[in-house]
Amino acid sequence: MATHKFIISGFGGQGVMSMGMMLAYAGMIEGKEVTWLPSYGPEMRGGTANCNVVISDKPISSPVITKATSVVAMNLPSLKKFEDNVLKNGNIFVNSSLVNKKISRKDIKDYYISANDIALELGNDKAANMIMLGAIIDKTNVVNLDSVKQVLEKLFKNKKAVIPTNIKALNKGTMI
Amino acid sequence: MAVIFKKSKGLTDTEQHYCPGCTHGITHRLVAESLEELDVLDRVIGVSPVGCSILAHKYFAIDMCEAAHGRAPAVATGIKRAQPDGVVFTYQGDGDLASIGTAEIVHAAHRGEKITTIFINNAIYGMTGGQMAPTTLAGQIATTAPNGRDPNHCGFPLRVSEMLATIDGAVYVERVSVDKPANIRKAKKAIKKAFEIQLSGLGFTFVEVLSTCPTNWGMNPADSLDWLRKNMIPYYPLGNLKSPKEDR
Amino acid sequence: MAKTLMKGNEAFAAAAIKGGCRYFFGYPITPQNELPEYMSRELPKAGGCFLQAESEIAAINMVYGAACAGARVMTSSSSPGIALKQEGISFLASAELPCVIINVSRAGPGIGGIQPGQADYYQSTRGGGNGDYQVIVYAPASIQEAVELTANAFETADYYRNPVMILGDGMIGQMMEPVELRAPKKRELPPKIWALTGTRGQRSHNTIKSLALEPDDLEEVNLKLKAKYDVIRKNEVQYEAFHLEDAEIVFVAYGTVSRIVKAVIEELSSLNIKAGLIRPITLWPFPFEVFDTLSSKTKCVMSIEMSLGQMVDDVKIAVKGRVPVEFYGRSGGNIPSPEAIVEKTKEILGGAE
Repeated sequence: MATHKFIISGFGGQGVMSMGMMLAYAGMIEGKEVTWLPSYGPEMRGGTANCNVVISDKPISSPVITKATSVVAMNLPSLKKFEDNVLKNGNIFVNSSLVNKKISRKDIKDYYISANDIALELGNDKAANMIMLGAIIDKTNVVNLDSVKQVLEKLFKNKKAVIPTNIKALNKGTMI
Repeated sequence: MAVIFKKSKGLTDTEQHYCPGCTHGITHRLVAESLEELDVLDRVIGVSPVGCSILAHKYFAIDMCEAAHGRAPAVATGIKRAQPDGVVFTYQGDGDLASIGTAEIVHAAHRGEKITTIFINNAIYGMTGGQMAPTTLAGQIATTAPNGRDPNHCGFPLRVSEMLATIDGAVYVERVSVDKPANIRKAKKAIKKAFEIQLSGLGFTFVEVLSTCPTNWGMNPADSLDWLRKNMIPYYPLGNLKSPKEDR
Repeated sequence: MAKTLMKGNEAFAAAAIKGGCRYFFGYPITPQNELPEYMSRELPKAGGCFLQAESEIAAINMVYGAACAGARVMTSSSSPGIALKQEGISFLASAELPCVIINVSRAGPGIGGIQPGQADYYQSTRGGGNGDYQVIVYAPASIQEAVELTANAFETADYYRNPVMILGDGMIGQMMEPVELRAPKKRELPPKIWALTGTRGQRSHNTIKSLALEPDDLEEVNLKLKAKYDVIRKNEVQYEAFHLEDAEIVFVAYGTVSRIVKAVIEELSSLNIKAGLIRPITLWPFPFEVFDTLSSKTKCVMSIEMSLGQMVDDVKIAVKGRVPVEFYGRSGGNIPSPEAIVEKTKEILGGAE
């Protein structure tokens, strides 16, 4: 596979950091090279937050992404900020529950996922990030769904009750 | 012939550099005797300040280090944490402790560090040549207060013991003076008590020693002692400000 | 041992414990807070002691105290906090006390910002404190390298009785990468007979000091330190040389910036421009000698930094005027972009032809 470079962005609290971390973790489980680089500072407390995730078969030169193979925009400011950072023929994932705007570029693939609405239908608005993660994995094949499930088992080993909801949301995301 | 007095094993034979009439020598002896009587000379670690007593490590026959100006309580904290069964003390003057080192002394007390601080208050900067200290009395002449300390301009003298006694972690705070034999005996008792309380692990212990500086005060030693009694003791009253409950 | 995904700041802390660190004194400052937080959780489990000091100044002096007592001790901070520690670092160097200091650096001057920066090069390599002294400075470019350098730093500090600094920028602190924690490479270390432990009836008393009022005495101390620094210069230089053969342009970069430069080198190669990289791993001692091995094809050396030009001074000393030394940097928390470096390179090489 080539090198996947994700910019994942949204409001603090939407779970964008953990989405990126789970991708990186799953990549590591599969023996790939991974880096996860967060934005940090006061914006983490409620403003926009983003992380850069690189997953590759080769050693990763730069953890800093200026041209992403995929951008995930969980809110409108993120779309505005990062649409131009998608490589030609790259992907953009837009959370259409919160963004009622189409992208302006014609040279990239756009996916509109109503992550919050679908999560609400499943009975847990907080799982919107897992819906989106499912969609990302389905469209990019960056890691296997099973690896992410293993990550969930590890991350929530002391909070097992939340695992089924998350897996349900992940699965749902892959079917959009 | 019977020996009625001898130098403490806690002191070296090195000739001290202190000025004639300076009371550092007395307080050094009281500290060394206390440590010797408590039989802890082999596990005591001292920290000397920046000031006249920076060279105290030459006069105490114990493990010692120098600290940066005002930082002795932080250095002693590091030592005590790494050597919890050691007996650790700082020996600091009023510029070092009450001016540049206020944060370190307040927080060592606040954490209840199991160390002892011997605070030499002679109301002036000695080593740098007689500048005004936080403890310089109102009206007292100093090289940076040529017309005498003006409280309206630079505040009233700081009573450190009273301040530290308000802190829960400081379990023993006493102010003593080394101006006459009776007071020297009381000072010795207080210093020894402070180390005893450190050994029992109750918290931070502090002894303020009212001292003279004949050179920078511009007086002979005898007049200095008189000046201390007439001017310092009324502003810095002697006595115990705080003791562990069972000792009261 | 299997790899784990760790944030740089936590990895620094975990590696320090692995390297034998048992005492940590620190004060909160972004972007290094996960490090003391990790220490507060994990050091007591390792039988050590974590203490949050009242200030950076107090923290470094607690380090001084614990080092006096013979302990393996560390502090961490970020740029303005490291500035506050300089008094203590000078004292530690003067008294020849071993310790490890981690600087997860941010952009300055002043309180500056909290985004990554490399403008602490002077502060770290020139001695931010007073006097003729040096600290050994390592600059990791990955979390794996960070854990190795940190674990080994305690051995190095003890070996030379000298403070060791790890200079990682905010990205190294905040980034996550898979790491494998390994035991440090052991050095042959004499017992710390100089430490203040109380005489315990075993020896005469020890003194640790830095005051020397006689000029000849103090000069003797300085000459002794210099002799030690010369040995360190000879034995401890570390660097990575990447694609130096036939390189038309050789970049010099450290820390995360060196990784951006590697991406640039790949990009330039697709444009038929041969580029190489010298990545100092020790910032002090600086790898001057490797610059003597540059190929005759090298037309230019360019320092790339997250500052407005600090390491470039050492690069100029190292290049000795043989080829032009160029510079590109961003500051304020901005990161040099690969595109901008490529453009600058094309401009320089184009101009040279």
